[in-house]
Amino acid sequence: MKVGLDVGSTTIKCVVLDDADRLIFHTYERHFSHIQEKTERLLREVAQRYVPGGRAVLAISGSAGMGMAESAGVPFVQEVFATRVAANRLAPGTDVIIELGGEDAKILFLTGGMEVRMNGSCAGGTGAFIDQMATLLKMSADEMDRAAQGAAKTYTIASRCGVFAKSDVQPLINQGGRAEDIAASIYQAVVNQTIAGLAQGRPIRGSVLYLGGPLTFSSVLRESFDRTLNVRGVCPENSLLYVALGAAFYSDEVFDLRTVADQMAQKGMTETYRAQPPLFASKAEYEAFRARHAKSAVPRAPFPQDYDGAVHIGIDSGSTTVKLAVIDEQARLLFTDYRPNQGNPVPLLRGVLERLYREHPHMRIASVTTTGYGEELAKNAFHADFGVVETVAHFTAAKHFLPDVDFIIDIGGQDMKCFQIEDGAISNIFLNEACSSGCGSFLQTFAQALGYEVQEFARLGLFAHRPVDLGSRCTVFMNSSVKQAQKDGASVENISAGLSISVVKNAIYKVIRASSAEELGRKIVVQGGTFYNEAVLRAFEQEIGAEVIRPDIAGLMGAFGAALYGKKNAAAGRISTLLTPEALAAFTQDTRSEVCQRCGNHCQLTINTFAGGETYLSGNRCDRPITGRAADEDLNLYEYKRRRILSYRPRADAARGKLGLPLCLNFWELLPFWHTFFSELGFAVYHSPLSNRALYQSGQGTIPSDTACFPAKLAHGHIAALCRMGMETIFYPCMTYNLDEGLGQNHYNCPVVAYYPEVLAGNCPELQGVNFIYDYVGIHRPVDFVKKIHAILLRSFPDVTRGEVRHAADAAYAEYARYMKSVRAEGERIIRTARERGKRIIVLAGRPYHIDPEINHGIDTLIVRLGAAVVTEDSVSDRVQPFRTTVLNQWTYHARLYAAARYCTTQPDVDLVHLVSFGCGVDAITSDETHKILREGKKLYTQLKIDEIINLGAVRIRLRSLLAALREAQEQATEEV
Amino acid sequence: MEQEYPVFTAEMKKTHKLLIPNMAPVQFRILAAAMEREGYNVELLGNCGARVAQEGLRFVHNDTCYPALLVIGQFLDALKSGKYDPAHTALIITQTGGGCRASNYIFLLRKALVRAGYGQVPVLSLNFSGLEKGNSLPMTVPFARMLLAAIYYGDLLTALRAQTEPYEENAGDAERLQGKWLDSICAQIRSGKGYSQRAMRRTMPRIAAAFAAIAVDRSRKKVKVGVVGEIYVKYSPLGNNDLERFLASQDCEVNLPGLMGFVQYCAYNVSETARLYGGTFFEKHISDVVLWYIGRMEKVIISALRDNGYHAPLPFRELLHQADGIIGRGNKMGEGWLLTAEMVELVRAGYENIICAQPFGCLPNHICGKGMINKIREAYPTANIAPIDYDPSATRVNQENRIKLMLAVGRERLEAQSAPEQAAAQMTVIHGGVKRRKRGSAGKEQKEFKRPIAV
Repeated sequence: MKVGLDVGSTTIKCVVLDDADRLIFHTYERHFSHIQEKTERLLREVAQRYVPGGRAVLAISGSAGMGMAESAGVPFVQEVFATRVAANRLAPGTDVIIELGGEDAKILFLTGGMEVRMNGSCAGGTGAFIDQMATLLKMSADEMDRAAQGAAKTYTIASRCGVFAKSDVQPLINQGGRAEDIAASIYQAVVNQTIAGLAQGRPIRGSVLYLGGPLTFSSVLRESFDRTLNVRGVCPENSLLYVALGAAFYSDEVFDLRTVADQMAQKGMTETYRAQPPLFASKAEYEAFRARHAKSAVPRAPFPQDYDGAVHIGIDSGSTTVKLAVIDEQARLLFTDYRPNQGNPVPLLRGVLERLYREHPHMRIASVTTTGYGEELAKNAFHADFGVVETVAHFTAAKHFLPDVDFIIDIGGQDMKCFQIEDGAISNIFLNEACSSGCGSFLQTFAQALGYEVQEFARLGLFAHRPVDLGSRCTVFMNSSVKQAQKDGASVENISAGLSISVVKNAIYKVIRASSAEELGRKIVVQGGTFYNEAVLRAFEQEIGAEVIRPDIAGLMGAFGAALYGKKNAAAGRISTLLTPEALAAFTQDTRSEVCQRCGNHCQLTINTFAGGETYLSGNRCDRPITGRAADEDLNLYEYKRRRILSYRPRADAARGKLGLPLCLNFWELLPFWHTFFSELGFAVYHSPLSNRALYQSGQGTIPSDTACFPAKLAHGHIAALCRMGMETIFYPCMTYNLDEGLGQNHYNCPVVAYYPEVLAGNCPELQGVNFIYDYVGIHRPVDFVKKIHAILLRSFPDVTRGEVRHAADAAYAEYARYMKSVRAEGERIIRTARERGKRIIVLAGRPYHIDPEINHGIDTLIVRLGAAVVTEDSVSDRVQPFRTTVLNQWTYHARLYAAARYCTTQPDVDLVHLVSFGCGVDAITSDETHKILREGKKLYTQLKIDEIINLGAVRIRLRSLLAALREAQEQATEEV
Repeated sequence: MEQEYPVFTAEMKKTHKLLIPNMAPVQFRILAAAMEREGYNVELLGNCGARVAQEGLRFVHNDTCYPALLVIGQFLDALKSGKYDPAHTALIITQTGGGCRASNYIFLLRKALVRAGYGQVPVLSLNFSGLEKGNSLPMTVPFARMLLAAIYYGDLLTALRAQTEPYEENAGDAERLQGKWLDSICAQIRSGKGYSQRAMRRTMPRIAAAFAAIAVDRSRKKVKVGVVGEIYVKYSPLGNNDLERFLASQDCEVNLPGLMGFVQYCAYNVSETARLYGGTFFEKHISDVVLWYIGRMEKVIISALRDNGYHAPLPFRELLHQADGIIGRGNKMGEGWLLTAEMVELVRAGYENIICAQPFGCLPNHICGKGMINKIREAYPTANIAPIDYDPSATRVNQENRIKLMLAVGRERLEAQSAPEQAAAQMTVIHGGVKRRKRGSAGKEQKEFKRPIAV
């Protein structure tokens, strides 16, 4: 008899084979992380029912089985290895195996050079990811598969990490995208992730085998793979059990299963994980804590049926919930409503509004104000009077509660907002970045995974005696930390407490980046639905070592603040424009989506049509789909630079043949230089086209490091594009140094910009047969440059003379200088024009390649749409004297950033927004320093983290908050004068 | 904006205790002894555990590389322990210079110290790039010689133990012998002896001979694993979750290329830069002088290892060419071309199972580590390389699982090599350590790998 166990991250699989290797028993079940108990039980059951005498050959496999195997002294077979053993036996002739598990994704190439690929530590396109997405859609995995079968189209969704995907999916849901389409898009995202992340350029051909839960259960997922790979893959019999079977085939050591079970039970008793102090030392401490927080209550007033006064309604349409608050003229709370938005807030809000009308027929609605993610949708659907950016709404509410509040932290379902208040105005805004959403839905996801309701789950943690120390990182990491803790014997209570603490640590150290309570201020208001969770509230107080105020309406502060905002802004006696009861009764909503074709951005538009034919459009980055043209194009230096760069065309009289330059990374700035250089040498110089999604995808299969920044990954697409264009020669040199602009102590490029051509040369198969010149070149020493580049060129073009090169170099340096000068002149003009028109000026500070619209996702046009002018960091960096920074200022691009920040501090109407590419390690250093420079100049620091895909909704909120804060500060300044 | 920070003055040599972060435990112990000889009162930090990373996370931007978090966390944890008087404590940190983030560690450390309330604690830089003038460890020729000797002794002791321990008959022999020699060398260095070329020529063969005398059974074939990577996580058990010990528990022989390679690489890059982009005559040739000096010691260590039947690393002038055709030697940020060259050297020397360790999101390793694996595999199809990311929250389970996959493939190949007829039918199961089957064909792996190299 042989027994194989496969203990995965979410399920446990067991097979029993008789002596002829026939399968006589098998099971596949979710273990809800009760790994130890389930395994133990399973072993006893198998011993009793299927294995006479209880002795059998045994081996354990699976990611969660490793430690267990070790502690019980049972052989462990690495799961990929086990898969291969099983496939060789059961499906001979297989070329490639694609296996998706709970948290792992693997591709095994069996023929033509055996190779095994497994996802790295940052990859979420797996079963757990699909589960998470299904939860978001309020479906089971089966329902999602069925839904996906009725899809008409697919959206682009990032599946690199569950957190990212969530921020793509949530807006789609909120904007009313069809569930069928979203479901199919999620599967397609998994396919793209698997192929891009794991195949890394190696073609998947021949006979393909699909294994593991997701591929077994979802026909749509299999079809998506088939379609994308252009193969017909097979999902074999027992596709869930391959790992367990492999372990069974492989083992050769006999064990008494009951003894093994006993050993496991013993190990289960010990708690070997890293623990932290409990949340409450005693029941009395807990009672005192509750009593203290019970005092923070907002004044309320009765709201009888015959109420005939004026009311102000605030609606907060958040990412996962909708909240509504009704207040009277004295700002007393009359009515509240709080519910999950179930994907579409509009029908829910309609229901609540109808109820209000019905139950309080005599009230006079003076104003309705909307806020939150769905602010505009709700405002347009119901004809609300005002819309207010959520940061302002929350600040208004907190200020009402505690007039001298100096710090507000709001943790909602999906996002976290923190503001620092100085002199009554917001002086600093922290929002969680796309990669660290340790928020409410995070706790919910874990509670559900462990089989609990979130409230119950949180209560369990209150009196945990040894909360697990889980660190403070993103959800994907957290999954494996929890897994590990359970393996180490942590109870659900201790895990619950540990998760609450990690939410708090994430907020304090990752989002706010504070190192002590003093930095947060003295008067702290905490709000957001997550703070109803007493474990989180307590953990927060413990972590910062101070008492905070949590209003009893913590989860309604956005709606309450919106209502207050309406009260403040509504003229006396005003009647709201809100739909009348009759109009509300006849209300309809119809949602469709289309791809905007008006420019190269190809925005995915969602169009809501309401009763009466009114439409509300979302997903657009500019006003073209509405007004036919983009607004204030002449106030956007990004646009100017793009046009300028794209204007370089190959010359007609080129005798030396075609030469291609990739329009990526530093070439976004050096194109004028190299284009001129090679044109002067007689080449027909082409650059790759402007990036777009298709271009990126054409190269994504060859990216070797999935944690590199997106601008670098995009380079693969540009190389592929140049090869498609039939370039005989492609020039993209390694450049350790950049030009020295005299702003810092050195003039390096960052390691990625400097050496990425090496990666392209080593990983892009398209380059075969192309003369790819990627030598190490320095243009920072013009005299040496001529000599060195001449030697390099001679290797490929023996007839190039030194004189020609010298002449070309002179022209190249001159053209580069001309280009930079024109950028600065245009920047000057934009600043002047903006001032004439009374507009604010934003230095959208990034790197040269951030002007690529595929990289910046149209943030430049968004800012212009919001009513400000946009200039670049390099257009103002020459306006300040070099100065000392508290970090080593050694990179050319980053020196510009510091200088631009310094410049902003000297101008009242110029502010800086820092564009940071996800994964840019250098920006971990520059962002703190830039923040410091701005802070010392009494300026706000705003950072936007961008990646392959971003949630423009969150970016909008950020930018609007910034502009609102600036406006308020300005108004205050004028009042004081 | 000018931030004033405390400077380590000459008088502080007497009044202050200098704390050293522990990167490579063996090498750094001898380095500490060398500093004591110079009159510094030093302590090599040994504090580890969760608090170190926590302190790092609190006081350093969380997206900064893991080594920075750990090194700074280790300092802060030490200062907060109450064991040291902040008024009489100073810190020392290495600074390689160059375009990597690592050159900024010292600034991040100073910022963190101020934020944590230790603004008065001076920080010294150990660098050879002319950074931090007036605030770096003063260098004299004898002192530099002593430091170089310390590194080589450390490299030797590490290599000998690594190649002996997996095969020893009596568990613990190699570890004990290493400890004994460490004590003896540190004592010699402290009394100003043992670091001359002559002393090294005398001592190193004796050390190697002593290791060779340990009773071993080399018929038990081990999976040979090479470890390369970002320098801190490559060496520091704190940074790599005690990788060496884990590999030992998996029944492997580990080759951790020496620290001196990195020193030579740094020295080499000065002239290479001048050759690539232009520079003065001095710049173009200074590296040759330094490398010539180190090369003389290198001969000693290589022959000490070889003569006693151990695998020796390639001399630097050959190592230089290992990555020819794979990566350019202008790639000089982080571990740069050296990392790629080490991978090739390991593959060619029979350590074809390789762990490429880096902090999560390490910028240079996108290029010279992960970016080059494809090319190395093309040239050397047997290369079995697993890139592993380290991070405060990356779990051991994930890391070890990926390493085990790499080992499973390596082990299968090992079996196929030693018993081709069995390989197809049966393979050994890997588990907690002990191998049950014994095999014949002893001592083959000690055969020196020979290949023509054009220098």
